[in-house]
Amino acid sequence: MSQRIPNILLSLLTAIFAITWIFPVYWAIATSIKHEVDVTSKNTEIVPTSMTLIEYVRVFKESNILTWYINSLGTSILITLLVIIISMMCGYALSQLNFPGKRVLWWMVLASIMVPTTALVIALFVLIADFNLINTWAGIILPQIISPVCVVVFKQFFDAVPRELREAAILDGAKEHNLLLNLYFPMSFGITAALAIVTYIGAWNQFWWPFIMTTQEEKFTVTIAISSVQDAFGVRYAREMALAVLAGFPVAAAYLVFQKKVTNALMMTSGIKG
Amino acid sequence: MKYKREEIVYALVLIAPFILAYTLFLIYPTIYQITLSFQKAPLVGTGEWIGLENYSKLINDKLFWKALSNTGVFVLWTVVPNTLLGLMFAMMVIRHRPIFQAVILACFFIPHILPVTVVTEMWTWLLSKQFGIIQEILDAFDTKRINFFTSRYWAMPMVAFITIWWTIGFNIVLFIAGLRNINPEIYEASEMEGASRIKQFRYITWPLIWPVTALVLTLQLIFQMKIFDQMYLLTGGGPFNSTLVVLQLVYNKAFQNNDGGYAAAISLVLFGIILMTSILQYQVLKKQED
Repeated sequence: MSQRIPNILLSLLTAIFAITWIFPVYWAIATSIKHEVDVTSKNTEIVPTSMTLIEYVRVFKESNILTWYINSLGTSILITLLVIIISMMCGYALSQLNFPGKRVLWWMVLASIMVPTTALVIALFVLIADFNLINTWAGIILPQIISPVCVVVFKQFFDAVPRELREAAILDGAKEHNLLLNLYFPMSFGITAALAIVTYIGAWNQFWWPFIMTTQEEKFTVTIAISSVQDAFGVRYAREMALAVLAGFPVAAAYLVFQKKVTNALMMTSGIKG
Repeated sequence: MKYKREEIVYALVLIAPFILAYTLFLIYPTIYQITLSFQKAPLVGTGEWIGLENYSKLINDKLFWKALSNTGVFVLWTVVPNTLLGLMFAMMVIRHRPIFQAVILACFFIPHILPVTVVTEMWTWLLSKQFGIIQEILDAFDTKRINFFTSRYWAMPMVAFITIWWTIGFNIVLFIAGLRNINPEIYEASEMEGASRIKQFRYITWPLIWPVTALVLTLQLIFQMKIFDQMYLLTGGGPFNSTLVVLQLVYNKAFQNNDGGYAAAISLVLFGIILMTSILQYQVLKKQED
């Protein structure tokens, strides 16, 4: 009984914190649907009274946003596909097959989790420049296709699959090289989807590599573009916020739809079993 | 051990893409960058071997030490507050019914899902000296408006605060997972014996959640040492290099001064520091598991 009042107070405090925390996001959306005059007027409206999508229309008309969207989507999807395929194959081999050098490879995978590739920027830039891939999708994609963490997650998942399933399939006449595609891949669908979603979000949000690897505006990803072209708009906050909302929408939507999968994947990749 | 020929061939096919990518984008760049750090060389093009000169130059470079200490200050401003606040918010979230939990968690987590440029655009607008809503709050308290990102006192703490706002959702998720693993019967038993909330936290929650706290602390440490994006976008290293961090210095030397050799040496120092921290983390976490 004596605990009741503090409980309500704590809930209230939680609500206040949560609302304050999300306010900047709300404010960006609210600003983006205001008229520019209202944005800079003296009376600040917390809830916009007259709404408009005019700034969104202007963003589509006056900027290269469609090109940036295509660049972001294309590179993110390709990175996701490559990371998943490469990691699944390697994780499967490490888990289910016997081959010389297996221990060394496993050790290499674990060791590379610790390597901060961000700090290898100079060499990777030179490498990409040597391949003549600056300002190309390949230049953005290639430094991002190794994900040792995904290899580890896949290996551990395959390790946990009972050996009997495998033996039964082989007794039924399945060939070794069909097992991954026909038995293990369908089983790992949940984990694959979870890893794919976080890889996609990470690739969409990636700033450092596209920033280093692109110099031409029409090669930018959305994430790079919205900060680089703001000057072109002058001080036009409604439009900038419209652009920011458009840049954040594809990942925020992916999170809201797959909330559980995203949080599960984050736990798996950072070593907590949820 | 006996190997089957067919199995080896199949395994090699499966691991080949990983090994190829690993060699090309990890091993080769590491070796190349180390050799480059012993040269006086432009970013792209041939250089001249100068031995340890880049490193001796680095030791006497005031700007390098400034960047290193700024990175350290940023780590101090972010890592511990981000971890403790994360634990606090996780404890607040977990007390509620599942449906409220999901809503509250979403409020804290959505910022983490956004691209860094969206975050910096939002905060530039919120803090805009002329029209920013936070400046209006300052007005309400009769405080002078502040130009946060060009002020020597405010730039660093403000970027640190925005970073916490942006990344805390991740920590909250990890802490919630950890808190759920604590057996509720322990709390019930302690309540029967009349333990206060503070005592419960001190003697039950804190020690039982410590493995997760250690994990979050080290993940944060490694992540925040690589600070570049937000700092570059919000302050560009200024004012007067007061927020110049190591990766910004690397970027300036390589891409603005075309001093590839020196930039390679600077980034290798950061590389080494992060690598050592990671190895330390691995050892600590391994000990906990045993």
